[in-house]
Order: sequence, then structure tokens, then C-alpha cells
Amino acid sequence: MTDLDRFLATFLNPAVAGQYAGAIAAGVLVTIEVAVAVLVTGLALGLGLAVLRAYRIRPLNALIVIFVDVFRALPPLVVILLAYFGLPNVGVTLSAFAVLWLVLSLVLAAFAEEIVWAGILSVRKGQWDAARSTGLGFAQTLFYVVLPQAVRLAIPPLTNRAIATTKNTALGSVIGVGEIINQAQTAVAVTGNATPLLMGALAYIIVFVPVLILAGRIERRFAWRRA
Amino acid sequence: MPAPILDVRALRKSFGPLEVLKGIDLSVRPQELVFLVGPSGSGKSTLLRCCNRLEEPDSGSIRLEGVELMDRACDLNAARRRIGMVFQGFNLYPHMTALGNVTLALRKVLGKSRREAEEIGRAALDRVGLADKAACHPGELSGGQQQRVAIARAVSLEPTLMLFDEPTSALDPELVGSVLAVMRSLREAGMTMVVVSHEMRFAREAADRVVFMEGGAIVEEGPPAAMFTEAQHPRTRAFLQEIGR
Repeated sequence: MTDLDRFLATFLNPAVAGQYAGAIAAGVLVTIEVAVAVLVTGLALGLGLAVLRAYRIRPLNALIVIFVDVFRALPPLVVILLAYFGLPNVGVTLSAFAVLWLVLSLVLAAFAEEIVWAGILSVRKGQWDAARSTGLGFAQTLFYVVLPQAVRLAIPPLTNRAIATTKNTALGSVIGVGEIINQAQTAVAVTGNATPLLMGALAYIIVFVPVLILAGRIERRFAWRRA
Repeated sequence: MPAPILDVRALRKSFGPLEVLKGIDLSVRPQELVFLVGPSGSGKSTLLRCCNRLEEPDSGSIRLEGVELMDRACDLNAARRRIGMVFQGFNLYPHMTALGNVTLALRKVLGKSRREAEEIGRAALDRVGLADKAACHPGELSGGQQQRVAIARAVSLEPTLMLFDEPTSALDPELVGSVLAVMRSLREAGMTMVVVSHEMRFAREAADRVVFMEGGAIVEEGPPAAMFTEAQHPRTRAFLQEIGR
């Protein structure tokens, strides 16, 4: 057996690939489910928190800042392990899927809040002046004038962060969520062959390249000529 | 003499230790065009911004058609839609078209339907000579055109008073004329206006009264002819000579 044959048998083994294609495909579905759920709740929560922060209610803002800093500082893996193995001790038992979804949503929300808040701050004060001078109230100015501009500014960093966070669905493998890596690792353990991992890597590319292309489209769609 | 539209009394404002308005009294009669002039830092822009409480005065009284804006119970948003304001930096909403800029407050403040708001908005844009630019975004317009859209945005709400904060200072010289022409037509239509500007030729020909401010106080005021030729106060004379040159 040549080195090349050994390499091919280890990484591109057709028999193993055929045997585990179904399992990897099932993992892809789970990954997509978690990722979509995380995107929806994480971005919505992040946007909501940034809007709340704009009202500048001191005690509330302090809580938001603490939440945001904690979830940006902690590695998501630590939070996932804490939630999955720790919470049952205090009587809260969540499924592995729920823990993964919840933790990644909170992490994405923390980053999204910071990004949108930075966007709100970077809208020039003159925009507030102009809107308020026509009789628009604070909330009307925020929602019709400031937030649309803030979100447009936020979209490139937001898509980056959204992609980074959804890739962290792979962390679900440590608590037994049947996503791509979990399926691939199981197959590797059974066969002693690395082909399923390579299939998993390919699956990520197949799932995320369209997402990247879509993100690029969204960024271009929302860019507008600045005054 | 008719009751003033705007009556400011003993208005004071400090930024930290710096007192920028030291008890201003200013009264503006219906259809009057008042020109505020003075060196930079004299408080003219702050005074203007206090008139609709974009800047919060420390004390004093601001009456708009007899209604006290400094009252705690005063509906400030209701008062502000009666006061149009035009800014040095235009401050158009960059994510909206020219028409969208004009119709936003018509719809959300006055509660007009989209169709009615767009009708009024188009008429307002037509009035500033930009009917054909309704669908353009601010980034596609020149500075002069942007400022005229900003004027249309303010005028469409049918304010009783218009405040202009250095409306031509950010414009290239060749674009100033178009904005002044719009202001002139507003004046001819009987709009009451308070203008902070360095356009002394415009002050000479269009103003009813020139108010000279320095160091947060009104030094002297009078009709432009008198102010430009026979100002009483040496500071006024020096300033108007310097700037009118």
C-alpha cells in the first residue's frame, strides 16, 4: 500500500462515505435547524436590547452592559457546559438542543446589541435634531430615522458575527446534539476512519458558502449613497 | 402693533461654566424677518436652538403665539411642528428619498394619509424648484438642492415661524443663490423668519431687523439700513464693516 493509497483510504474512503452519508445529512439538518433558530432569536434579542438601551434608563442600561460584557467575554463552550451539566442541579433540565440554541442565541444577542448600539451612536446628532424639530417624538425618531440608518451601518459586522456564531453550533457535539460534527465523530469512533470528518467539513462548506453569498447580497442591498 | 409670534424673555443658557446666553429678550412680529448676526461664539445659534428647545434653556420664557414653551405641561412636539427649522448641515434623512424626507412628519406627526402627504410633499418640493427630484436620495443631490429639500420638509408642515441656522454656510458659493432665492420667496409669501447667517447682502435687502449679538447678549438691533450705516455701538460698527466688506 502506497502512502497515497493509505491517505485515500483514510480520508476518502468510498465505503465509509456511503455508509455514513445519511448520518451526516441528518447532522446537516440539525445544524441548519439550530443555526436558523439562533439567528432569529439572537438577532431579535440583540436589536431589542439596543433599542432599550437607546432610552438611556440607567439601571436598565447597567444590566444590559453587564449581560453583554459577560456573554462576550465567556467562551461559548464554557456556557454550554455550565448550562447543560450545571442547570439540572438546580432543577432546570433542558434538552441538549435547547441548551445549544439558548446559549448561542444569548451570545449572538450580546454581540448584536453592541454592534447595533454602536450603529445608533454613529448616526449624527443632526438627524435627531432634524426629526425632533418637525415634531416627531423620541420613539418615532428612533424607529423611523435613526434605527434604519444604524442597522444599515451594522449589517456588515452583524453578518460576520452571525456567521461566526452559527458555526459554533459545532460545540453542540460535546453535549450530544446530533449536528454535523457529532455525527461525524460517532462515525469516526466506529470506523476508525477520518472520511466522515472530511464529509462534515464539506457539509459546512455546502451549508455556509450560500450563507456567505447571501450575506454579501444583503450588505450590498442595504448600502446606500451617504449624504 | 400686532402681538408677537415669538416672544423670548430673559433667556439664559450655560454650557458648564460658560454662560452662552445672558438673559436674551427678543420679540418677533408676524411676517417679520429677523437677522441674527455676530461673531462666532456669540450665542446666536444657541439662541435659535433654544427657541424650539432643541437646546434646553436654563431659565427664561419662550412664548410662541402666546403659548409658553417653558411650561412643564407644554406639548413640545405640538409646538415644534409650528416652528420649522433649517440647519447648516441640511440633516436630510439619507435612507429616504427627497419626497420621503418631506412626508415623514406629515404622516407621523400630522397623521395624514400617504396619498395626502405625498400630494403636499410634491407641492412643497415644487415650491423649492425640485419637483423633478422627488425620487432622489440626498446623496444624489447637490448641497443647494439638499438644503432646498430641507426647507421643503420644514415648510410643508405649515409652520408659523421658520428658524434658519446658517443655511448657506456649508454650501459652495455658486449654490448659495438658489437657497437664498427660496428664502426670498418664503419671505414674499409672508413667512415669519429668524435667520442666523453671514449673508449680509441678503440681510440688507430682505431683513426687517438686524440683531447684533456678542458674548451671549444682544448689543444692538435696528433696521438693516440703520445698522449697516449708523450703528450706535462701536462693536456693531466694527463687526458689520468687517463682515460687509
